[in-house]
Amino acid sequence: MNYYGVWTIAETDRGKVKEVSFELLSRGRELADKLGEELVSIIIGYHIEENDAYELIYRGADKVYLINDPRLEYFIVENYSNVVEDLVNRYRPEIILAAATTRGRTLMPYLSVRVNAGLTADCTELDIEGDTRNLLQTRPAIGGNILATIKTPKHRPQMATVRPKSTKPLPKDKKRIGEIINLTLNPELIDGRVERIGYRKNEQECINIQDADIVISGGRGLKKAENFNLLRELAKHLSGVVGASRDVVDRGWISYPHQVGLSGKTVLPKLYIAIGISGAIQHLAGMKTAENIIAINNDPEAPIFKVADFGIVGDLFEVLPKLNEQLTREIKKNEI
Amino acid sequence: MLQIIIAIKQVPETSNVKMDEVTGTMIREGVESIINPLDLYAIEAGIQLKEKYGAKVTAITMGPPSAVKALREAIAMGCDDGILLSGNEFAGSDTRATSYVLAEAIKKIKAYDLILTGERATDGDTGQVGPGIASFLGLSLSTYTSKIIEIKSKYIIVERLIEEGYETLKMPLPALLTVVKEINYPRLPTLKGKQKAKKIMIPIWSKKNMRLKQSELGLNGSPTRVVKIDHPKVIRKGTILKVSDEKTLDEAVNKMIKFIQKKELI
Ligand SMILES: Cc1cc2nc3c(=O)[nH]c(=O)nc-3n(C[C@H](O)[C@H](O)[C@H](O)COP(=O)(O)OP(=O)(O)OC[C@H]3O[C@@H](n4cnc5c(N)ncnc54)[C@H](O)[C@@H]3O)c2cc1C
Ligand SMILES: Nc1ncnc2c1ncn2[C@@H]1O[C@H](COP(=O)(O)O)[C@@H](O)[C@H]1O
Repeated sequence: MNYYGVWTIAETDRGKVKEVSFELLSRGRELADKLGEELVSIIIGYHIEENDAYELIYRGADKVYLINDPRLEYFIVENYSNVVEDLVNRYRPEIILAAATTRGRTLMPYLSVRVNAGLTADCTELDIEGDTRNLLQTRPAIGGNILATIKTPKHRPQMATVRPKSTKPLPKDKKRIGEIINLTLNPELIDGRVERIGYRKNEQECINIQDADIVISGGRGLKKAENFNLLRELAKHLSGVVGASRDVVDRGWISYPHQVGLSGKTVLPKLYIAIGISGAIQHLAGMKTAENIIAINNDPEAPIFKVADFGIVGDLFEVLPKLNEQLTREIKKNEI
Repeated sequence: MLQIIIAIKQVPETSNVKMDEVTGTMIREGVESIINPLDLYAIEAGIQLKEKYGAKVTAITMGPPSAVKALREAIAMGCDDGILLSGNEFAGSDTRATSYVLAEAIKKIKAYDLILTGERATDGDTGQVGPGIASFLGLSLSTYTSKIIEIKSKYIIVERLIEEGYETLKMPLPALLTVVKEINYPRLPTLKGKQKAKKIMIPIWSKKNMRLKQSELGLNGSPTRVVKIDHPKVIRKGTILKVSDEKTLDEAVNKMIKFIQKKELI
């Protein structure tokens, strides 16, 4: 049986295509070009405008399978998995990529069992092996201490989740043309057992720390919960979000979704600023692959400085107010 | 009575384990093993349900014979019993093969209402085994579960953590939940629990007493192959400035802002 084409699973939020979908297309485009095959994006949901779906073409897709149905308004893994499984059985892609988000990391393992495929989690690099044309999937494991490259030689499709922010989307190219294929949902694919009966947003503060370009994290050095306001102010100046070490989450100074590290989240921002964090191995596991790392700590021996591109040895209660003051001035200057 | 099964994994104590460059597998010798820290939350969730609704809680793990220690610890915390899935035929399993064997073991246990797993294991770090088990068994699934709101005889209501917030799901039993740290505070083993754990007989299941397809086991049943291991360098050797007075403070802060500007982040 022949398998053909590279697929990406686009993500939507209330009908709108999420940025991570374009990152996947940038990965997928490279692979599809190397294989000389087509790049297809699958988009499932409700209230998806065809214009929005067309954006997937501008960002690299050759073809889009669009399934718009009220019964698919919310991500329910059983339904989504059935829908994609049906497409896989019909069109037999060689590769399927999804984002390593709560959605992708739920859908892909459920689906991979159904279609009898292997699955590699949270890849940061993808490539095609010259002669075999196998997908080479590279991912950090064991708290980022190793990078493992994984192949799925005998099973198709080859499936991987890709870490958000590990690549840039392609620029929007309005000259690209492609095909949008509207598919109607076969009602038999709706599992119907699970109901989504409620939703609440996070506290006002943005805590999707995995999506942010700049993460500013605080640790025990902050001394008490209120002092996180110093970080919040800095975050405002830099358009970043606030993260934390486990120590302060355990103390209840800030909630768990902010936690970075082995038992929290892994982040890969363009800039990570660690303030009053010692840099225990379990914390480093969640942030050491950030593009740039800045550390502020009064202990010159703190291990965090080993991974820092820029560090200040000093009292954070002196450094932060100064920094915030300077940035306020800097921003005013730019406004004039 | 509710029947709860908790899948736990034994992992190396530190995150500093070594890898065998040739086989691409972990060198486990000489490294102290512990229960995957994120599985403690699954165990605690199971014990809390037992306290609230009455339940029988069984811990299962697939691993080498020494993994029996993880089961005894789970029993010391309050699980009723444990089952060890162990045999050479399971060696080299990837997440698919692991999910398969765990799913078959759960089928063999027969009576179950709820399966709990951790969010992910701190060594492999995939989070694929829980959803994999649910898929093999056709169970309804909630990943990243942050709260169990209630259980009625036929269904369970849970809250799960997603990027934008929390969503509430109503799902029929039997179901599988993978839980996040936010769900509870794991307790320590009790003295009474430890005594029970020491004495209890833990059955070992392998291909001899399970109905398993040979082609789904171990390396044979694992679609993925590790072909290369790299050790990324950790040390960055950046510029470190020391603040000792007003002047050095000003300088450090200005250089930091320049550093950020140069990277075009402001
Ligand atoms: C199984 C396991 C999983 C774990 N998972 C995680 C995880 O996911 N994430 C995580 O972060 N940790 C995790 N940990 C905990 C980790 O080992 C550390 O305990 C934790 O990261 C320490 O947090 P911290 O750096 O805030 O506190 P500390 O280690 O106490 O560091 C505080 C730092 O602040 C500095 N400081 C103090 N006052 C000032 C000041 N006025 N100005 C400047 N600097 C100051 C100090 O010099 C010190 O370096 C885990 C541990 C285990 C065992
Ligand atoms: N060998 C195993 N035996 C029992 N449970 C496991 C095993 N491997 C993984 N699990 C469970 O699946 C979860 C996710 O593991 P992983 O997919 O390896 O990150 C863990 O937190 C455990 O609850």
